[in-house]
Amino acid sequence: MSSQPARRTVLECMLWAGAGVVWSVAGGVPRSRLLGGPAQAAEAAFSFVQISDSHIGFNKDANTDVPGTLQAAMGQIAALKQAPALVLHSGDVSHLSKPAQFDTAAQIIGAGKLDVHYVPGEHDMLEDDGRPFIERFQGREKAGAAGGAFYSFDQNGVHFIGLNNVTNLKAGGLGILGAAQLAWLADDLNGRAASQPIVVFAHIPLWTVYAPWGWGTEDGERALALLRRFGSVTVLNGHIHQVMQKVEGTVAFHTARSTAFPQPAPGAAASPGPMKADAGKLRGVLGIREVQVIAGQAELAIVDTSLAG
Amino acid sequence: MPGKMDRRALLGAAAAVLCAPHRAFAAEAAIEIKDFAFNPDALTVRAGTKLTWTNRDDTPHTVTSTATPPLFKSGALDSDDSFALVFDNPGTFSYFCSLHPHMQGTVIVR
Ligand SMILES: [Cu+2]
Repeated sequence: MSSQPARRTVLECMLWAGAGVVWSVAGGVPRSRLLGGPAQAAEAAFSFVQISDSHIGFNKDANTDVPGTLQAAMGQIAALKQAPALVLHSGDVSHLSKPAQFDTAAQIIGAGKLDVHYVPGEHDMLEDDGRPFIERFQGREKAGAAGGAFYSFDQNGVHFIGLNNVTNLKAGGLGILGAAQLAWLADDLNGRAASQPIVVFAHIPLWTVYAPWGWGTEDGERALALLRRFGSVTVLNGHIHQVMQKVEGTVAFHTARSTAFPQPAPGAAASPGPMKADAGKLRGVLGIREVQVIAGQAELAIVDTSLAG
Repeated sequence: MPGKMDRRALLGAAAAVLCAPHRAFAAEAAIEIKDFAFNPDALTVRAGTKLTWTNRDDTPHTVTSTATPPLFKSGALDSDDSFALVFDNPGTFSYFCSLHPHMQGTVIVR
């Protein structure tokens, strides 16, 4: 938007810059900075971390040690200057929804003793309509609807909304939220002050990154229509295993790196399948994201940092 | 609406798969799943043909009928996993990958 040229420039410059992003919320606006970038932690009211696409169970050439790289990501989070108030996992925790894969992920992530909130990726909902994932990773959440895998909560004045856009996908379509979830979202936002910062997290990008590969959400625009009246909206997604950013008015969109393997830039390969990094370069294309919320500021500070440090 | 395969036909298909060794003269056909696509994505076969889909990607995919309710569902096929069906009745059967819904295919049974 023309009202925020500086921010847009900054965001564009951050594209592809690192594997982790740090979000901080200060004054109600989340801001992000690259991990290892200029330190802003001192002014942050609180910060949180996004990790994504850990794909525990994947063992092909693109990464034969997926638990190892998830562990490295957790180590990086533990080493952050400002301990995050919470961690968001934006889905594809597992590769095939197998109990042993969920176990391994829960063990590695749980070892960090952090407050972790999960939304499902399509790889997590392969068995029994997603019930094993929901019970195991969302049991503590106040569910928006039974079996729906969406919820919201408040933390330090910020309203967090976890959405599910990976189930009941239709042939030829993109990700989908569905009427029930949209109705719940409208209700969840109803009466909320427009000054309250909102952080939405979901697996598939809510905006259309690249339709030929299904990288978007069919009814994402309907969710965004409900969010536009808010002064600070930050949308955090995964699924595409790379950092992409876009700002539209008061809404900032960010996709995160995977902790498991990279995927090609839109249209840059025959398919969006796992991409093998050059020898020794894998950790440079994986990462975490730190977000700082800074008091009095509408934008969250986002820092993407690669696992290479 | 295309894709009319009633439940009886589907049960028949499942039974036929189980009895495959006895159907020595039944035709067989294969569809490869590669680079997030069904190859071929449109295939015409004779009634009674056993069709096998095999996933050659590093990513799981599914073979899921687009009918409501679905006439067939492979569940997640990991790399090199296969899913076979015998199509006993003529008709047009559309399917997609329920994980990557832009992946679509059609089987026409004559
Ligand atoms: Cu697929």
